[in-house]
Amino acid sequence: MSAKVNAALPLEYQTEQNRMNILGFWVFLGAEIVLFATLFGVYGVLGERYAGGPTQKDIFIVKDVMIQTFLLLTSSFTMGISIFEMRRSNIKGMLMWLVFTLLLGGGFLFMEVREFIHYVHEGATMQTSAFLSSFFVLLGTHGLHVTIGIGWAILLIIQILQRGLTPVTARKAFIFGLYWHFLDVVWIFIFTFVYLQGLVM
Amino acid sequence: MGIKWNEFFVTGDPLIFASQIGIALTLVGALAGLTYFKKWNYLWSEWFTTVDHKKIGIMYILLGVVMFLRGGIDGLMMKGQTAVPENDFLNAQHYNEVFTTHGVIMILFVAMPLLIGLMNFVIPLQIGARDVAFPQLNALSFWLTVSGAALFNISFIIGGSPDAGWTSYFPLAGKEFSPGIGNNFYAVALQIAGAGTLMTGINFVVTVLKMRTKGMTLMKMPMFTWTSFITSIIIVASFPIFTVALALMTFDRTFGTHFFTISGGGMDMLWANLFWLWGHPEVYIVVLPAFGMLSDIISTFARKTLYGYKSMVISIVMISVLSMLVWVHHFFTMGNSAGVNSFFSITTMAIAIPTGVKVFNWLFTMRKGRIKFTTAMLWALAFVPNFVIGGVTGVMLAMAAADYQYHNTLFLVAHFHYVLIPGVVFPIFAGLYFWWPKMFGYMLNEKIGKWHFWLFVVGFNVTFMPMFFLGLDGAVRRAYTYSAETGFGPLMMISAVGSVILAAGFAALVYNIYWSARHADRNIGNDPWDARTLEWATATPVQHYNFASLPEVTKLDAFWHMKKNNELQPLTEDEVEEVHLPSNTWIPIYMGVVFGISGFLLVFEWTIAAGVAALGILAGLAFRSFDYDEGFHVHKDEVFETESKWRKGANKGVKNHVS
Repeated sequence: MSAKVNAALPLEYQTEQNRMNILGFWVFLGAEIVLFATLFGVYGVLGERYAGGPTQKDIFIVKDVMIQTFLLLTSSFTMGISIFEMRRSNIKGMLMWLVFTLLLGGGFLFMEVREFIHYVHEGATMQTSAFLSSFFVLLGTHGLHVTIGIGWAILLIIQILQRGLTPVTARKAFIFGLYWHFLDVVWIFIFTFVYLQGLVM
Repeated sequence: MGIKWNEFFVTGDPLIFASQIGIALTLVGALAGLTYFKKWNYLWSEWFTTVDHKKIGIMYILLGVVMFLRGGIDGLMMKGQTAVPENDFLNAQHYNEVFTTHGVIMILFVAMPLLIGLMNFVIPLQIGARDVAFPQLNALSFWLTVSGAALFNISFIIGGSPDAGWTSYFPLAGKEFSPGIGNNFYAVALQIAGAGTLMTGINFVVTVLKMRTKGMTLMKMPMFTWTSFITSIIIVASFPIFTVALALMTFDRTFGTHFFTISGGGMDMLWANLFWLWGHPEVYIVVLPAFGMLSDIISTFARKTLYGYKSMVISIVMISVLSMLVWVHHFFTMGNSAGVNSFFSITTMAIAIPTGVKVFNWLFTMRKGRIKFTTAMLWALAFVPNFVIGGVTGVMLAMAAADYQYHNTLFLVAHFHYVLIPGVVFPIFAGLYFWWPKMFGYMLNEKIGKWHFWLFVVGFNVTFMPMFFLGLDGAVRRAYTYSAETGFGPLMMISAVGSVILAAGFAALVYNIYWSARHADRNIGNDPWDARTLEWATATPVQHYNFASLPEVTKLDAFWHMKKNNELQPLTEDEVEEVHLPSNTWIPIYMGVVFGISGFLLVFEWTIAAGVAALGILAGLAFRSFDYDEGFHVHKDEVFETESKWRKGANKGVKNHVS
């Protein structure tokens, strides 16, 4: 609560409230890990229960998944550069890389929605089998996180334009960065345990 | 999809019709009363929009007490129905609904709010802080809990109650066997309340880690703070599992997926596993803070430092780890291999070890202490033997082979009531008597308190002790009736009589609150129990900024040592600093309302309308994002004036309350 500022630290760590917010967000990410771990567990249990419906090999399109992965991993990289520019107090660079991040995230979402529509046209809906129920909910939860992240970052960009870099806006941007990297990590697990494993099953 | 309009209100049952009228009259009465006495503004600015951890704590406690009435009436109805064989007071369907709501309400809307309420009020004071780490989030937690509780409670007059048990096992809880919308209330209401609880967990982890006052290292924290901290960690680690389980239940019931269904490759046992992966840690989420309160209360009234502080801490950490490794013991009989059952048998029995350590520590704390038999201490004393009965029968149930004999009988029901009532409800009562003066500035009457205590404890034993024997005789749980030939009649009748005594005990508490609010002595000083921890260093009732200057701690039982070493000098003007506090906000209560509306629509499977209402949630989040309110400062002079006032009068003409 105290407004004491320690100017020796990076902007986002300067006040005690900021340090608490960042720690709190790490704890929240811990809860998110449990959430996704549960969804992965559910997929692990149900992933081979096809009920006569299509299997992973029948529906997955390797090329599209590779594009999605490339887009999201790159967006994590540009997010990192954005925070790097923030540390250098370069608002213009920071926002530019942040916008790149969102564009890449948007591209990922576009590809994912297209993928889902494609599956549904092939008759693979979430009502088809336990495998597809768990597949759509796991992927959908990740996609929903990306969507919320994009909306969140847009609000953030407006605030940075209005207020410039202050301890508060810097902290918000930093926390958003943590969130975005986390989504990337989750995607790596999805890519490995859903797509790659599905193709060799 | 959806529901027919003529089924919107539950009709055809005189009991429910009477409560519908009752609720309507109460609502109208409350609204009219508030308007007549012009209390709307007061309620809004002092309570509904508050971010003060003390007021939020008190509101949580109020919610818990009100829900206790609801859950208690459910319990009495069950006891009334089974008092005699072949009774037709409740039919099978109504009985199913009542035991379902009884279980859910007692765990999630009584035990949790009462404990979180006490945590909210006490923890920041115990660690010498001015609030929790995220005061706004704290208010949001509370309003989401209220929202979930309200949604769950309206189910019995609108749409129909859930009826698949508090565990809501599939396939029974699925659309195929429970086609109504009752179970949607379960899935959605608990989802909303659960989100609130998760936020509380995050909040208290950060609060305890970051906001302890100078000198209070982890191993100098009061035991209630320790247990609340560990509880918060368990909340963060286990509630997301429930979030997923409930979401999948909603998907199965509303969108036709196949997670837990029999058809389409779903797996019903997956629900049981997910439910108990959360559900067992949940037991420790409610019991650990209760243990912590008892530790502080026993050490206060035995007038000794807690025995074996380090072993206490190690025990709670061990319990928290083991709590994640025992969930299968809830379904030993559902087709696991012998190896799996043995593993979970052993982990379950292992929990008895740290718990036993704690029991011995409490006993050794009391040994050679000069015990003061206050009402709070009586609850703590009654806890030990009663809880041990619950614990020992728990070890009996932990033996997988023997569990085949007891499972699904009233033996089990008696066991978990012997764990949860002495282990959670007794400590909550102890905590209420103990901290009441700090909350409201007067004490609960000790004489009525003893009536409350004896009626409740005797009633509790008369109600649940017979159920052990009924269970061993083969009486199954959740059966709405039984024939006279079974011979269950006499014990069932004794149990029913016991529940009336139990209810009389609770009525004594309600009367005590009323009596004390009107007649109790207001001049009680800031430390009526001669207590040991920092919350008693503040004024009674506590100033809105808690501490004028943050205390410095050198030892465990900090306040006790300050008193002994005469370190409590009168405050000088230059010690006082300006206090910074967060402003009130309307966003949390607004979020509670939109979550409630959106949830209600989702329950009725009006998914598009629910989605539109959910835009309101996003709007709330966006408002919060643009809210740069910096809070306000309480000026030095104001703090000094308030402080001088209570310190001058403190403990003058105060009667000794602990003799």
